[in-house]
Amino acid sequence: MANTTIPDFRLSPRIDQVGVEERVSRFTKRSIKKSSKMQGLKLALSMIDLTTLEGVDTPGKVKQLCYKAMHLHDDYPELPTVAAVCVYPTLVGVAKKELGNSGVKVASVATAFPSGQSTLKIKLEDTKNAVEDGADEVDMVISRGKFHSGDYGYVFDEIAAVKEACGKARLKVILETGELGTLDKVRRASDIAMYAGADFIKTSTGKIKPAATMPVTLTMLEAIRDYHFKTQQMVGMKPAGGISTAKQSLHYLMMVKEVLGDAWLSNEWFRFGASRLANDVLMQIVKQETGHYQSADYFSKD
Amino acid sequence: MSKKKKSTESALNSGWDLSPAPESTGHIQLNDQYGHFINGKFVKPAKGKYFDTINPATEKKLASIAEGSKEDVNKAVKAARSAYENVWSKMPANERGKYIYRIARIMQERAREFAVIESMDGGKPIRESRDVDVPLAANHFFYYAGWADKLPYAFPNQQPQALGVAGQIIPWNFPLLMAAWKIAPALATGNTVVLKPAETTPLTAMKLAEVIQEAGLPEGVVNFVNGAGATGAAIVNHPDINKIAFTGSTGVGKIIQQAVAGTDKKVTLELGGKAANIICEDATIDQAVEGIINGIYFNQGHVCCAGSRLFVQESVYDEVLQKLKHRMESLIVGDPLDKNTDIGAINSKEQLSTINRYIKIGQEEGAEMYQSSCAVPKKGYWCRPTLFLNASQSHRIVQEEIFGPVLAIQTFRTISEVIDKANNTPYGLSAGIWTDKGSKIFNMTNKMRAGVVWANTYNKFDPTSPFGGYKESGYGREGGLHGLSSYLNFN
Amino acid sequence: MATTTKKTVSSNGQAKAARVEVLKTYKLYIGGKFPRTESGRYYSPNELGSICLSSRKDFRNAVVAARGAFGGWSGRAAFNRGQIVYRIAEMLEGRSAQFVDELMQQGATAAAAKQEVAAAIDRLIYYAGWCDKYQQIFSAVNPVASSHFNFSMLEPTGVVAMVAPENTSLLGLVSVVIPAIAGGNTCVVLASATKPLCAVSFAEVLHSSDVPGGVVNILTGKADELLEHMASHMDVNAVVYCREDAKAIEALKAEASLNMKRVHVYNKNWQKDEAQNPYMIKALQEVKTTWHPIENIGGAGSGY
Repeated sequence: MANTTIPDFRLSPRIDQVGVEERVSRFTKRSIKKSSKMQGLKLALSMIDLTTLEGVDTPGKVKQLCYKAMHLHDDYPELPTVAAVCVYPTLVGVAKKELGNSGVKVASVATAFPSGQSTLKIKLEDTKNAVEDGADEVDMVISRGKFHSGDYGYVFDEIAAVKEACGKARLKVILETGELGTLDKVRRASDIAMYAGADFIKTSTGKIKPAATMPVTLTMLEAIRDYHFKTQQMVGMKPAGGISTAKQSLHYLMMVKEVLGDAWLSNEWFRFGASRLANDVLMQIVKQETGHYQSADYFSKD
Repeated sequence: MSKKKKSTESALNSGWDLSPAPESTGHIQLNDQYGHFINGKFVKPAKGKYFDTINPATEKKLASIAEGSKEDVNKAVKAARSAYENVWSKMPANERGKYIYRIARIMQERAREFAVIESMDGGKPIRESRDVDVPLAANHFFYYAGWADKLPYAFPNQQPQALGVAGQIIPWNFPLLMAAWKIAPALATGNTVVLKPAETTPLTAMKLAEVIQEAGLPEGVVNFVNGAGATGAAIVNHPDINKIAFTGSTGVGKIIQQAVAGTDKKVTLELGGKAANIICEDATIDQAVEGIINGIYFNQGHVCCAGSRLFVQESVYDEVLQKLKHRMESLIVGDPLDKNTDIGAINSKEQLSTINRYIKIGQEEGAEMYQSSCAVPKKGYWCRPTLFLNASQSHRIVQEEIFGPVLAIQTFRTISEVIDKANNTPYGLSAGIWTDKGSKIFNMTNKMRAGVVWANTYNKFDPTSPFGGYKESGYGREGGLHGLSSYLNFN
Repeated sequence: MATTTKKTVSSNGQAKAARVEVLKTYKLYIGGKFPRTESGRYYSPNELGSICLSSRKDFRNAVVAARGAFGGWSGRAAFNRGQIVYRIAEMLEGRSAQFVDELMQQGATAAAAKQEVAAAIDRLIYYAGWCDKYQQIFSAVNPVASSHFNFSMLEPTGVVAMVAPENTSLLGLVSVVIPAIAGGNTCVVLASATKPLCAVSFAEVLHSSDVPGGVVNILTGKADELLEHMASHMDVNAVVYCREDAKAIEALKAEASLNMKRVHVYNKNWQKDEAQNPYMIKALQEVKTTWHPIENIGGAGSGY
């Protein structure tokens, strides 16, 4: 980062939506079958941030979710765990305890999630609390209001400050693309987040529709690739919300492979923020193994 | 737990490759031998001569095909003339339209079969034959069917009348689609047809003949005569043909124009191209890179409107080139029937040697060659996606149509310079412009001396959209309202 | 002019030393200038005086002038071209007596000559009106299935070489030249061989009508000498031929294939109203189809 000049974000590349959609259709037309499908499905499982972000969340709910994270489907012992469990800051301690040394990470949203409408001081406190309670990863939201009003410096500085507050925890920066309005703005927000120190850029809180879409994700992946071309640094990507089927997840992985390459095909650099995806992937895996189409009744909810 | 995780990681460290995903060929029925389709029936050639059509991806023979003689052409023209005089010209226009609609519908129904045969016979990836060639062909029939009873609205005060018998000669790069582009407007305007498919790709035309039979089209309204150049010449020179429509090389187009000079035959020629694809510094670069890829590697570059001359504004040249090379690496070259194949087989041995000759010329001219690192199968005709950097207007690879996946790249500095260079060619079929600035788009699209200009997109086709060239790229239009007039006489 | 001179003489009513008439030198019209033929050759059709017998080099020079003028002329606003064509009509109206006189010298009756000049003026007005309208008649917005805006419009073919009608020497010339330039083309036209006077005088009309030099270039001479050069010149985009020599037509069409010239052969009764229509303009136009993506961002909730 030290050697990187901060670009003028007003000049971030423009994006043609129709062209993006055409490119996306090439990924969705890839035919992923047999061993490549199995490999892709397991990979997708290992990239999931199993998420609960509700007002009704309790320690009890989080404990159940953590068990699921570690035991996706014990009928098949060769399955990976998910990458992380994602919760509100108040529940980080619970999750940390439950997950122990399983390797599943604890991610916490922070910075006045989901609207981000608070002061920097409170956002930093929020972040520090989560990290002190044991969060391995922090998912922050950007200040969309400031972004839309053109105050890119504010958005940049805020991300940089939160990054500092994270310490060793990895920072995922949520752009909330459903509120940005155009792919041009998605690209600009991606650039701001990466240059400000994001370890990951993430599409959505899951509270706003549309959440993750393939055009938005492609735009962000291309921003990551360009950042890598310029700085040789890797930044991770996390589409979140709206990805609920195994097939969709394979299309996303194909997109990551073709845009960024195999180096990004691990949960170190790519995540799915999803609560329903895991079971659909599991059902597909079991279908691949047994040849039988599956029922949701045979796969545990949390 | 940690153990399990490791096993996943090791599985991933090997990279994630696509398993083969071949389209099934089980439902495909091909005869060992095809004659001609004349007067509603498949018939043997008068002279009993045959040639082989082979699968360019495997070099295996698919079927033997009749080589049409003058006698065969005579017979076909006679059938077409009789159908025109006795049936087709007398039929109410709306009824004529309904037959064309039928063809469109049956083609849609048999789309999968057409796509697979097109890929087997011509080498194009199934993704393209399935998603582009076949649906567009069916849509073309559907579009023109509706024109049959609406012609007076297209040509007010002109009293449009059919010409009679249309002789049509089509190329091997889009065999079924070109047949549709030729036959649909000819029928809608009330003409009957004698069509010669390309000698390397006759099979989908034979399947189209089956569709025409199935649609119950009156006998003789559409006739197919197989064969090569000599058969085409017999059509061009036939005295009882009123119209020649040809798609192919500029060289042959000139010969045709000379051959019909002393006649009243109406002619449309859709010939070669060497399109400029221009990337301005204010373009949406990632989409432009996709446009470059689509412009030159679509259908193995066997496209008359291919964006084969790339002009990149110097300030973004490094970025464009880096991204272009990166994108090229994700292109999959191989089995045309695999659903993941991006670039299929070169259509024929002859075409491959033409392409290779130009690749050699490019290197000798001093342009710097770059090819993607993809694997290509051992058997069959293949060419890796190829770039030539540091090309210049004086290079033959910049001036001549290669008709393969070979892109010649030049840089430019000012808009005025690139307009001059883009138009500095005898061709004028198509052009591409990439810039995010609206006023610049309108200026540059206006300045291109070319019949089809794609701004911030490339290689798009639609039945409603007229296609055809300026200058040596030919004359007449195919598609849209403008595609009707070349099949009509006016008062 | 000649008529005016005679009138002056007779009105005086008395024998005065006859004034020596100033004879007109009929020259070519190339690039807005009036040169003689570079070949130094002349002919005198029906004792009409010395007429330039244009050479292939005259033709070549005219094509250079026409090519030079093409960019500017095709780039003019359609409205502006309409005004200029209208201006030609105004100038011709003002000099109609001269044209009637020349047509009579070329053998027309007074009535026929007057009729032809009037028809030529009216034809100019007719095409003046089309300049900013034919595009609307012949263009199309094409409803393609993908998310693109697609339209087809006409653009001029380029430099057109013409062999004007032999008999209707003024009206015929106007009838082929004007639709070409109304559509933004530039042209080199070979006038009637036997009746060339009006063509040369028409150049003077053009010259005083704001028509930029090079847009219309007028040659006099023999079609059988120049046609092969028209057909083979690689910088000519189209040829319009209005005579009836079948052999010449075949040779023209064959030779035109050298660079895919568009060839139009007209054999019309130029006196009739049917000889004027917008299809005469369209014949010398190319259809250009342009595509551009349409972004799809809807209102609230429709997302992207």
